[in-house]
Amino acid sequence: MATVERASQRTLIWRRFRKHRLAMVGLWLLGLMYAAAALAGFLAPFGKDSHSSDHAYQPPQIPSFSFEHGFYVHPTAGRTDPETLEQVFTEDTSRVVELGFFVKGDPYTLLGFIPGDVHLFGPEDPGERFYLLGADRTGADLLSKIFFGSQISLSIGLVGVGMSLVLGLLLGGVSGYFGGWVDLVIQRVIEFIMSIPTLPLWLGLAAAIPPQWGPLQTYFIITVILSLLGWTSLARVIRGRFLQVRGEDHVLAAQLDGVPKSRIIFRHMLPSFASHVIATVSLSVPTMILAETSLSFLGLGLRAPAISWGVLLQDAQSVRTVVTAPWLMMPAVAVVLAVVAFNFVGDGLRDSADPYGKRSS
Amino acid sequence: MIRFVLLRLLHVVPILVAISIVAFFIIQLPPGDFLSTHVAALEGRGESLDPAYIQALRERYGLGDPFWIQYWKWITNILLHGDFGQSFEFRRPVAGLIGERLPLTLTLGIATLVFTWAVALPAGIYSARKQHSWIDYAISGIGFVALAVPAFLTALVLAYLGFEFFGQSVGGLFSPEYANAPWSLGKLADLLQHLWIPVVVLGLAGTAGIIRITRANLLDELHKPYVVTARAKGLPEGRLTRKYPVRIALNPFISTAGWHLPSLFDGEIIVAQVLALGTIGPLLLQALKSQDMYLAGGIILIVAVLTVVGTLLSDILLAVADPRVRFGKA
Amino acid sequence: MLEIRDLRVSFDGDDGEVRAVDGVDLTLERGRTLCVVGESGSGKSATARAILQLLGPAGRVAGGRILHRPLPDSDVTDLAALDPMGPAIRAVRGREIGLVFQEPSASLSPVHTIGNQIAEVLAVHEGIKPRDSRERVIQELRRVGIPRAEERVDAYTFQLSGGMRQRAAIAMALICRPSLLIADEPTTALDVTTQAQILDLLAELKESLGMTLMFITHDLGVVAEIADDVVVMRKGKVVEAGTVEQVFHEPEHDYTRALLATLPQRDTAARAADEAPPEPLLRIKDLRMTFETSSGSIFSRKRERVEAVGGVSFDVPEGSTVGLVGESGCGKTTLGRCVVRAYRPTAGEILYRRSDGAVVDLATLPGRDLLPYRREIRMVFQDPYGSLNPRMTVGQVVGEPLVVSGVEDVEDRVAAMIEKVGLPRAALNRYPHAFSGGERQRIGIARALISEPRLVIADEAVSALDVSIRGQILDLMAELQRDLGLTYLFVSHDLSVVEKVCDRVVVMYFGKVVEEGTVAEVFGDPKHGYTRALLSAVPVPDPDLRDTRERLAYSG
Repeated sequence: MATVERASQRTLIWRRFRKHRLAMVGLWLLGLMYAAAALAGFLAPFGKDSHSSDHAYQPPQIPSFSFEHGFYVHPTAGRTDPETLEQVFTEDTSRVVELGFFVKGDPYTLLGFIPGDVHLFGPEDPGERFYLLGADRTGADLLSKIFFGSQISLSIGLVGVGMSLVLGLLLGGVSGYFGGWVDLVIQRVIEFIMSIPTLPLWLGLAAAIPPQWGPLQTYFIITVILSLLGWTSLARVIRGRFLQVRGEDHVLAAQLDGVPKSRIIFRHMLPSFASHVIATVSLSVPTMILAETSLSFLGLGLRAPAISWGVLLQDAQSVRTVVTAPWLMMPAVAVVLAVVAFNFVGDGLRDSADPYGKRSS
Repeated sequence: MIRFVLLRLLHVVPILVAISIVAFFIIQLPPGDFLSTHVAALEGRGESLDPAYIQALRERYGLGDPFWIQYWKWITNILLHGDFGQSFEFRRPVAGLIGERLPLTLTLGIATLVFTWAVALPAGIYSARKQHSWIDYAISGIGFVALAVPAFLTALVLAYLGFEFFGQSVGGLFSPEYANAPWSLGKLADLLQHLWIPVVVLGLAGTAGIIRITRANLLDELHKPYVVTARAKGLPEGRLTRKYPVRIALNPFISTAGWHLPSLFDGEIIVAQVLALGTIGPLLLQALKSQDMYLAGGIILIVAVLTVVGTLLSDILLAVADPRVRFGKA
Repeated sequence: MLEIRDLRVSFDGDDGEVRAVDGVDLTLERGRTLCVVGESGSGKSATARAILQLLGPAGRVAGGRILHRPLPDSDVTDLAALDPMGPAIRAVRGREIGLVFQEPSASLSPVHTIGNQIAEVLAVHEGIKPRDSRERVIQELRRVGIPRAEERVDAYTFQLSGGMRQRAAIAMALICRPSLLIADEPTTALDVTTQAQILDLLAELKESLGMTLMFITHDLGVVAEIADDVVVMRKGKVVEAGTVEQVFHEPEHDYTRALLATLPQRDTAARAADEAPPEPLLRIKDLRMTFETSSGSIFSRKRERVEAVGGVSFDVPEGSTVGLVGESGCGKTTLGRCVVRAYRPTAGEILYRRSDGAVVDLATLPGRDLLPYRREIRMVFQDPYGSLNPRMTVGQVVGEPLVVSGVEDVEDRVAAMIEKVGLPRAALNRYPHAFSGGERQRIGIARALISEPRLVIADEAVSALDVSIRGQILDLMAELQRDLGLTYLFVSHDLSVVEKVCDRVVVMYFGKVVEEGTVAEVFGDPKHGYTRALLSAVPVPDPDLRDTRERLAYSG
C-alpha cells in the first residue's frame, strides 16, 4: 500500500500497461523492428544496391544442412522460356553455396557513421547469391530490401506523426485554450479536412512533386503532405482534452493561486492529458505507415532507388505478378506486423492512460 | 426539424466553396502551365496542334490570368454549363468521362456501405453482449487484423486465391462478354457476381472499425443507470438491449457514418487499381500521373462533393434518431 | 412482507472480490416505511438492488435469502434464489416491486419520451399496447403531480426539470401498482424544496395506494421525516434496527450515536445577536454577472444572455462567517467566483478593505494588479477530487502559491500548514489519490490558507462529504478561524450547516438577494416568502416533531 501512495502517475500508468498482455507483445515487437531497422546493414545478407539480373524473380531458397558444408543452398541460374516467356530457374546441384554466420560481404554504415562489412548471415563467398525470401524484378534479395525498407517505412510514420503532433498541439491547444472565434475557425477547418477524402488529396499533392527531386527531398515532402492532412484527429483530441481540463477545478485553483498562464498550461494542464495524447499518437503512427505504403504502392509516393515497403510492393501491383511470384507480397507482412504492433501498444496506452479513471476490463 | 435541415444546408455551402478551391488549387499545382506541357508532350510524339486551337484553349481557361480569375472561369463553367473542361489525355470532355464511371462507383460505394452495416452492427452488438466469450475474442481478433491489413493486400490475396483455387480472373466488374454489352438482366447478374470481392475488400477495414466502436459504445451504455431502470421494469434482456443501449450506442455511429465515406473513396482508388475496376479511382490515378489536370480536378471535386452530401445525410439521419440533437441539447 | 436473512453481496474488482453486503438481516413490515441509512460504502444501495437482482455484471448475491410475500395470503418466494436473467424475477420487477433511483436524469432514457417508457411497463406486465394505455399513463402522470400531463407524456427527459423527472420515474415505478416501492436515495440529487415535495408525494402515495415503502438514504433528517422503522448500516453490516423513535431517542450502537450527534440541533435563540457588527472586510455593491453563450453555426449565431447574478449587494464583516444560501442555479457559486475573480463581473463593485485600511475595488482590477489580492482572498472547493491536481504531490499542490510568488522557505511553511490541518508530515510526498475525501478536503484547506489569507470563500466545502466527516471539517475550519482571524464567506445549499456555522446569512433566489440578516433573524423570523418556503422544506431531524409544521410553497 505504501508504494501505491507514493506512486507517481507515470508509475501507475506503467503498472497498468504491463498488465495489458497484447500491448506488451506489441511493445517488444516494435522494439525488435526498430532495432532491426537501425542494424539493417548488419542483418541484411546483401547491400542496398546489390542485385543480379540473372536472378530476377528468383523464388525463395530454403537452406539445407549437411555436416560437410554446414548450411548451404545450390546455386541457380535463371533463363526465360522462349515459348511461355516465363522465368525458369534450374538448380545446379553439383555446386553448393555455403552459408555462414558473421560473414564478410557488402560494406555498409550503421546509423550513418559506423562502417562495417560483417553480415549476420549470408554466403561465405561474397560473390555468391542467396535468396531466403526470393528476389524482386531486378534480382535483388527481398530480405535485404525489407530490412532497408524498414528504415524509411518505420521512420516516416514517426516523423510524420511528429509533425502532425506539432501542428495538432499548436492548433488544438490554441483552439481549446482560447476558444472564441479562433476556436470556431480552426474547428471549421478541421471539419472541412475531415469531410473530404484524403487519398485523392494526397495523390493530387504528391503528383505535383517534381520527378527530378532526389529521394531525400521526396521523403521529406511526402511526410509533410501526410502530416498536413493527418493532424486533424490529433488536434481534435487535444482540443477536447484542453476544454475538459480547463473546466476542472484544479486548474481554476491554480489560476487562483496566481500561477502565470504559461505555467498553468505546461505544469498543470499538459501533464494531465499527455498520456492521452501519447496514446492517440501511437494509434496514428500506423495510419501514417499505411498511407506511405499506399502512396508508394500507387506510384505517387517514394520511387526507386528509395527503398520502402510501399516501393517494394509496387512490384506486386497486378494479380498476374502475384500469381507467378507470390513472395513479392512479403513486404506487406512487415507492414501488417508493424501496424498491428502499433495498434496493440496504442490500445494498451489508451486503456492505461488514465490511472484514476474507471478500470477497464 | 425543417429548420435544422435548412441550417445544415446553409452550413454546407462554405464547405463546398472551400472544396472547389482546393480542387482547383491541385489543378494548378504542377509546375508550369499545363497546356504548354501538354503541347510539348504532343510535339515530342510528333503530333502538332493548330495554334489557333491552342489560343482558344488559352482563352477558354484563362491561362496566364491570376489564380482567382482562372478559378472563376472554371467554377462558373461547371455550375452554369456543367462543363468541367477538357481531358487532354482522352481528348474528350471531363464531364462525359466522369459520367461514364460514376454510376459504377456509386453502386460500389453503396453496396459497401450496406455490407459494412449489415455485418458490423450485429457483430458489434453480439460482441458487447457476450463480452469475454470466445466469439467476442474471435471478432475482436479478426477486427484487429482487418484494420491492420492494407486494402490492396486484401485485394491481392483474394485475387490470388481466386486465381489459384477457382482458376477465374477476379479483376473487373464484368466478364469479358458483358463488358461492352448493353444493360440486361444477364449483365446485372454478372455485375453482382463480380461485385462481392471489391465490396468485401473495401468494407473490411470499415467493418472492423465499426465493430470496435459499436462494441465500445455499447459496453459503456450497458451499465448506465437507465438500463438498470429498464431492467427494474421487468423487461426481458434482449428487448431491453435493443430498445435502450443499442439505440443510444448507435448515435455516435450514425454521426460518424459520414466520416466513413471519405475512407471509402480512399480505399476505392487502391482496390479499383489492383482489381482493375472501371470506377473513378483508376481514372484519377491515371489523370494525376499524366498530369491531365482538369480531369483530376474534376474527379476530386465530384468525389469531395459526394462525401459532403453523404455527411449531410448522416447528420440529418442523426437528428431523426436522436431528439437531443433535434432540440439542440447535445 | 420481505425478510432478508444473512444477505451477502460481493463485487468483483481489480483487487479481487469486495464484499459490499456482509450478512444483513432485515424485515420489512407490510404497510410501513423502512428507512435504510448509512454513509457511502455502507452497502445500503447494494442491499436494495440485491432484492431485485439488479447488481450488474460485477456483482452477485453470494449468500443468504430474500423472502418475499407479495400479498398477505400468497406464497413466499426466495428472490435471492432466482436466476437474475430469468422470467420469474422479471415478473416481480416493476409488477410486485417498483424501484426509483437517485439520479432521475441518468435513470431515464434520453432518446425516448417519458410516455413511451412508462407505457412499456404496462406492455410488459399487462400486455396492453402503448397506444391503448396512453390515457392511463397520462392519469398516472397527473397522479404524481405533473401539471399538463397530456403534453408532458410526449416530452423527453431533458425537457423536464429534475423534480418533474423524478415524478415521472415514480409514475413509472408505480403504474402497475406494486405492493412494495424501493426508493434508492430518490431525493439526494434534488434541491431542498423539491426534495420536500417528493417526500410529501411519496408519503401521500404510500397512504392512498396502501404500499409498503423501503427508502434508502444517507440523510437522517429525511429519515426523521418519513420513517416508521429504521435500519442503520455500516460497512456492509446492520449496526442498529428499530422503530424511528427507538433509533432517534435511545440509540444503542455508538455509530448511530455518532451519526445523530452530527445532526444540527435547532437552537435558534441560543446565539446572541452581534452587538455592533465590525467594519466590513468586503462590501459587494450591485454586482452583476451576465454570461453570454453563443451557440449554433457562423450563420445562425444565437446569443443567449443569462444573468446569473443580477444586482447583489451585501457586506462581509471582518472576522465573521457569512453564509450565502440558495438552491442550485440561484447564482451563489457564480457570486463566490466573482469575489475571487475567477470571473470578471459584468458590473458592480467588490470593495475590499486592505490591511492598511485602504479600500480597493476588485471588480475591475486587471490580472496583474490582482496578484497580491489572490494571496489574501482564497477559495476552498466543493469537489475534493477534482480540485487537486492528481499529477502533483500534496506538497507541490499546497506549495504552488508560494512557489509562483517566489517565497524562500516553501517546504517548511508547507509542512507546518499540513500539520496544522491535521495531516502527518509524510503526506507531503504522496499523491492525492492516496487520500480519502475528508483528508483531501483538509489538503484543499491547507492550500487555501498557505498564503496567509484574510478572506476565505468556501464553496460548498463540505457538501460532498459524509456527515461524520463533515463535522470534523467544520470544526477544523472554525478552529482555524479563531487561530488565524479569518473571515469566511460560506456558500452552501445546506441550511442546517449554514445555521450551525454562520453569523450572518444572505439568501439568494434567481440571482437576487431576497433576505439578509443574522442567523437568528433569518432562521428565527424569516421575512421573505422564499426564505420561509426554504426553511419549511428542510427536514426536521426529530421524528416527534413530524407533522407539526406546514410546508410552504413559494413561486416568485
